[in-house]
Amino acid sequence: MSRQLMKGCEAISEAAIRGGCRYFFGYPITPQNDIPEYMSARLPEVGGVFVQAESEVAASNMVYGAAGAGARVMTSSSSPGISLKQEGISTIAAAELPCVIVNVMRGGPGVGGIQASQGDYFQSTKGGGHGDYRLICFGPDSVQEAIDIMYEAFDIADRYRTPVLMLADGLIGQMMEPVTMPEFKSAAEISKYDKPWAATGWYEGCGKPRAVINSLYIEDDELEALHERLQSRYRQIEKNEVRYERYLCDDAEIILVAYGTISRVCRAAIDELRERGWKVGLLRPISLWPFPSQAVYQAVAAPSVKKVLTVEISAGQMVEDVRLAVNGVKPVEFLGWPGSRIATVEEISAKIAQMREG
Amino acid sequence: MLEKITFAGFGGQGVLLMGQLLAYAAMIEDAQVSWLPSYGPEMRGGTANCSVTISDKPVASPIIDHPNSVVAMNRPSLDKFEDKLAAGGRLLINSSIIDRKALRQDVQVYYVPCNEIALELGEARVSNIVMLGAFLQISQCVSTASLIESLAHKLGKKKAHLIPINEQALARGAAAVR
Repeated sequence: MSRQLMKGCEAISEAAIRGGCRYFFGYPITPQNDIPEYMSARLPEVGGVFVQAESEVAASNMVYGAAGAGARVMTSSSSPGISLKQEGISTIAAAELPCVIVNVMRGGPGVGGIQASQGDYFQSTKGGGHGDYRLICFGPDSVQEAIDIMYEAFDIADRYRTPVLMLADGLIGQMMEPVTMPEFKSAAEISKYDKPWAATGWYEGCGKPRAVINSLYIEDDELEALHERLQSRYRQIEKNEVRYERYLCDDAEIILVAYGTISRVCRAAIDELRERGWKVGLLRPISLWPFPSQAVYQAVAAPSVKKVLTVEISAGQMVEDVRLAVNGVKPVEFLGWPGSRIATVEEISAKIAQMREG
Repeated sequence: MLEKITFAGFGGQGVLLMGQLLAYAAMIEDAQVSWLPSYGPEMRGGTANCSVTISDKPVASPIIDHPNSVVAMNRPSLDKFEDKLAAGGRLLINSSIIDRKALRQDVQVYYVPCNEIALELGEARVSNIVMLGAFLQISQCVSTASLIESLAHKLGKKKAHLIPINEQALARGAAAVR
């Protein structure tokens, strides 16, 4: 199939539609505006529905409604907008509903800035709303990977009856790269997960129980039962959905851990340093929750590895998961700044040089 | 091959489009490419720029710290990016509206009066394509045929009648630096 040059946000949108998404509810915010713009034009062409809601909270509750009816539905926003959506997201998680959420991250906190950032890692992987729940969270490093994740995200959400969060950053959203778009999923593929729980209509004698979509479990034992179901699913997800990429780790003395756009700057630095004969590798988490803890541990526990460096576009968030994974077997250092300052190839190389000496 | 180009100018001069046309043309030629725009409070009359990377290997970082080529369509762009240009790189200056010479001695400098050439062609809006013609002539990083295919793709059927004027603009830009 031929390659197309596509912008991240548009590619994410088209891949969602080809993956079966027919409903989009959202509210504008930079730098993800190309998603609702694309969806508003494209969804009606495929018999879908686009609604620009009156607010982010409303949009996330519209997602709750459509997901409760068994639809393949998504919303998207950028950091401050995602914060506003957390009421709905916590509700969706509590009601055990599948949906897909895209966060094209910008700098925070508060309204923050509009340039790319990775400041929402904690929010995305540790539960952005209240309550003891998880989101499956992926962080792509290219437009093609964003497509591949989006195309599969609705299946993953359906399989575990849980929201999937695609955590991109402003650069992934705005950049153009050549991509190969997958074919439309067939109706059979889209509906391969039975949804007997969905509220699709009920009448006396219809032969099925009433579907009740709710996030209120007022009896203690009901809430406990919900948590047992959620936790058992989370264990399955931890078992099945871990994704990562290893780049030149095998003989590495220093291993970098980075996700999303900044991992590509790391890769450029590694390529340069390898030319100098320095043995540097990269472990790139693709699933941020479940975090590839075992893979990180295995990579850094190798005898050749002396030190670990985590690079982020944040003051240091994923580095906490890296430290937990490394569990003290090797020193873990960090390079990054809060807001939208992105480490350059030179800064990463200089940090590595300093680590080699120290 | 590894080409790292920064196109910069006023919003409205078509600098993002220059990058997109080049990236698309390189993709047609089976190269690996990335196109990264500046985005922000840019508006018509403000500043805009984009970074295009063309490589025979997968593009590692789409962010360009030190381009091999800087295409400056206005003075603020020249002021901002001249220092960032890699040693031995190419500096293309839109001499129609940039009122100073290059300061760097360690780069190749080309002055292209893009606006005058476009006006001679009777279409002020093709000044960016004139510059692109000059850039292709110097860099040879994609063929003119691929760039015209890229233009045809971008213009679509409704604006296909604009292809000839753009072809002329490419040719005049190339001639200006030959």
